[in-house]
Amino acid sequence: MRFLFAAFLSVLALPLWAQVNVKPYTSPGGIEAWFVQEPSIPFVAIDVAFRGGASLDPEGKYGAVEFVMAMLEEGTGDLDAVAFKKEQERLGARFSFSSNRDAVEISAQILNETRDASIDLLHRAMVEPRFDDDAFARVRAQFESGYRSDLEDPGTIAGVAMAALAFPGHPYGRPLEGRLEEFQTISIDDLRAAHKGALAKDRLLVSVVGDISEDDLGVMLDTLFDGLPETGAPMPERAEYALSGGVTVIDFDSPQSIAIFAQEGISFDDPDFFPAFVMNRVLGGGGLTSRLATEIREKRGLTYGVGSYLASFDYGDLYQGSVASANEDIAEAIALVRSEWERLATEGITAEELDAAQRFLTGSYPLRFDGNGRIAGVLTGMQLNRLPIEYMDTRNDKVNAVTLADVSRVADRLLRSEDLHFVVVGQPEGLATQ
Amino acid sequence: MRFVTALIFALFPVSAFAVDVPVTNYMLDNGMEVVVVEDRRAPVITHMVWYKVGSADEPPGKSGIAHYLEHLMFKGTTTRDVGEFSDIVAANGGSENAFTSFDYTGYFQRLASDRLELVMELEADRMVNLDIPASEFEPELGVVLAERNQRTDSNPGSLLTEQRRAVEFINHPYGRPIIGWRSEIEALTPQDVMDFYKAHYAPNNAILVVAGDVDPEEVLRLAEIYYGVIPANPEIKDRVRPAEPPRLAAARLSYEDPRFTQPYLIRSYPAPVRESGDQRAAAAATMLAQVLGGSGVTSVLGKSLVLEQDIALAASSWHWDQSYDPQTLAFYAAPKAGVSLEDMEAALDAAILNFMETGVDPEQLDRIKAQIRASLVYALDSQNGLARSFGEALTQDLTVEDVLAWPEILQSITEDEIMAAARDIFDPSKSTTSYALQPETN
Repeated sequence: MRFLFAAFLSVLALPLWAQVNVKPYTSPGGIEAWFVQEPSIPFVAIDVAFRGGASLDPEGKYGAVEFVMAMLEEGTGDLDAVAFKKEQERLGARFSFSSNRDAVEISAQILNETRDASIDLLHRAMVEPRFDDDAFARVRAQFESGYRSDLEDPGTIAGVAMAALAFPGHPYGRPLEGRLEEFQTISIDDLRAAHKGALAKDRLLVSVVGDISEDDLGVMLDTLFDGLPETGAPMPERAEYALSGGVTVIDFDSPQSIAIFAQEGISFDDPDFFPAFVMNRVLGGGGLTSRLATEIREKRGLTYGVGSYLASFDYGDLYQGSVASANEDIAEAIALVRSEWERLATEGITAEELDAAQRFLTGSYPLRFDGNGRIAGVLTGMQLNRLPIEYMDTRNDKVNAVTLADVSRVADRLLRSEDLHFVVVGQPEGLATQ
Repeated sequence: MRFVTALIFALFPVSAFAVDVPVTNYMLDNGMEVVVVEDRRAPVITHMVWYKVGSADEPPGKSGIAHYLEHLMFKGTTTRDVGEFSDIVAANGGSENAFTSFDYTGYFQRLASDRLELVMELEADRMVNLDIPASEFEPELGVVLAERNQRTDSNPGSLLTEQRRAVEFINHPYGRPIIGWRSEIEALTPQDVMDFYKAHYAPNNAILVVAGDVDPEEVLRLAEIYYGVIPANPEIKDRVRPAEPPRLAAARLSYEDPRFTQPYLIRSYPAPVRESGDQRAAAAATMLAQVLGGSGVTSVLGKSLVLEQDIALAASSWHWDQSYDPQTLAFYAAPKAGVSLEDMEAALDAAILNFMETGVDPEQLDRIKAQIRASLVYALDSQNGLARSFGEALTQDLTVEDVLAWPEILQSITEDEIMAAARDIFDPSKSTTSYALQPETN
């Protein structure tokens, strides 16, 4: 039935899209948000980010910001941890608090019928956490258990080791060693300070999607962020990439080896980002259809998972990937990663590959926008990447504008197989640190 | 699953639906059931085909065959080359995946709503026309073994789960891992796979679920064109698996691995699952698990072991409510540093005993019911989640009506029913207790 496929291809150029109507909104109190009114389900999804995140951990206090985020649901005002959680359960509200290297994030889903009380509860959690002694001790013990587990988790070992080799001395590059000891020196006063430094209005990004009027949205936003400090802790410096090509083997007793590989990446605001993004779809970003997956998984059955991505962060950029193989196979998998890196750098990609990549990247873009919670998350992600609100309307055009010559130029500039560094955790056969 | 990790595991007991989900249900003449869930917010659809066959339906000695077949379903048909299915989906901007569980094997695509006919044609084609080049079997077996390496053999928690299930089920194939035992995977042949495919893949053993921006009448029209023309396989009968004999002896196992920096224990009991038209016993078990350990320190175990006695880092419980044959209700407890698993277990037993005497806190039950009501609203926000809920339920011989009735049944469960469920389920002679710990170092 090939004709059917052809018939569908002919309509691909149509825009299948333009349904998400995002508006910039400013509340009476001056809080800015990206807003989508979506009345069909009686709730709102709120996605809040504060730039800086775990990179704002004070010197010698690894984990302080992440600890703060965990403590936000451990009591506020006259509610201790248990009373807080009971109240949240009664209201049917869902809150999640998290942190990563560039931001802390708060996601909430709130029913219309309990909106005011839920917003009040979330506001108090964010602005006046209690940091009670007993909750502090309980959550600290949970983190300590997690830090000990990290030391026995090969994926974590490899990922952290790669960041430490790439960005030594920067918050991005804190090694696993010493994390637990630093964490254990954190006091409640340290948490109060980290809280003030991480959650401030000068780094606030907000997205709201759901069933709420503009008037109610203004009240909601002014309630939610009332009392936050205007300014927070100074942002980190840029991370200098310090790694050269090679292999670092970390011995770990396991039947398979995990390899994380990286070279210096490309910044999100670089004019060549889109050609690089399309190129990576072909090289290692295309699930089972990428060159890396074709060579390592589909043809040879050496791995279950292999891929690469542009790890572009606020203060440093990696072009990173990973592959896991049995200890006896990992050297072959790594050699194939190198040779595919080299092949693309010298030969570029074919017109068919460019076409397939553009079709997928443009066609799948709308799939990210099916749900209030997902849309709110995507909008905040766009704000974190400093994209304009019109980006959604132009993003597919930017993908489609990439030419073979653009990809060749970027491949020549970016891909350096001799600079690829592999961190291998396991007992790989035929590989040694070099 | 082909890409990411996690063979399907029903860890969270509350699956939720609002009664006003716009759902339509048909049966094609060849016995293929069709479910359509409308969600018109975005021009996107989810298309899923679920087969009522999983790892528990494998012949003895051939564990892993259902999952291996799932991988091979992407390796070509009489009219399509290896990988062409995925290439076409990707060229149309679609994402796809597949998954295997004990009771089902599912394939799904998400893409723009005007591509429904395209994926239907592709999926119908590989329902009966699979034609895999001989050279593809061996590398894909390597991929499956690498998957087992990555997800099971490199993960002490997964290894313990595998060992635990082998003890929890005396005779039922739920005691075998979905991905298969390594020695049996290695011995699987192309003939084994194709025999399994021909025996189980047919419209009368499949369920079509389409969710998203679609007109149910149009879905039915297309389903008749593409799936309706495939003849039923009259050899396919209702599944009958080896039954569990009565469990008479409590079982214990202890797995030592240096990677268990955090010790924990799991206690499990056989427990009822949802039966079509008769979901009340399972609902009571689900609510029991919620009361005991559904939400951290506001539930019975968390309050006692984590807060009051301050000896556990975390405690929880879950009930496996949805399954073709009965599964388990289980507790998890992770002790604080310096507390032994034996002491943890004694405290857990004492907390359960205390609960049996004091009963359900009505305020807690109200809070759980408020959360279930809220989850009905939030469930509507996930097209994929809704589609999946219906598909999974229907492979386990529940009906659309059962799925829609479930939240109301949960809401109606009383304190007395929960305590009766506890008395039925917590029979010490039926328990399995598993320890995860590091070897002694001196």
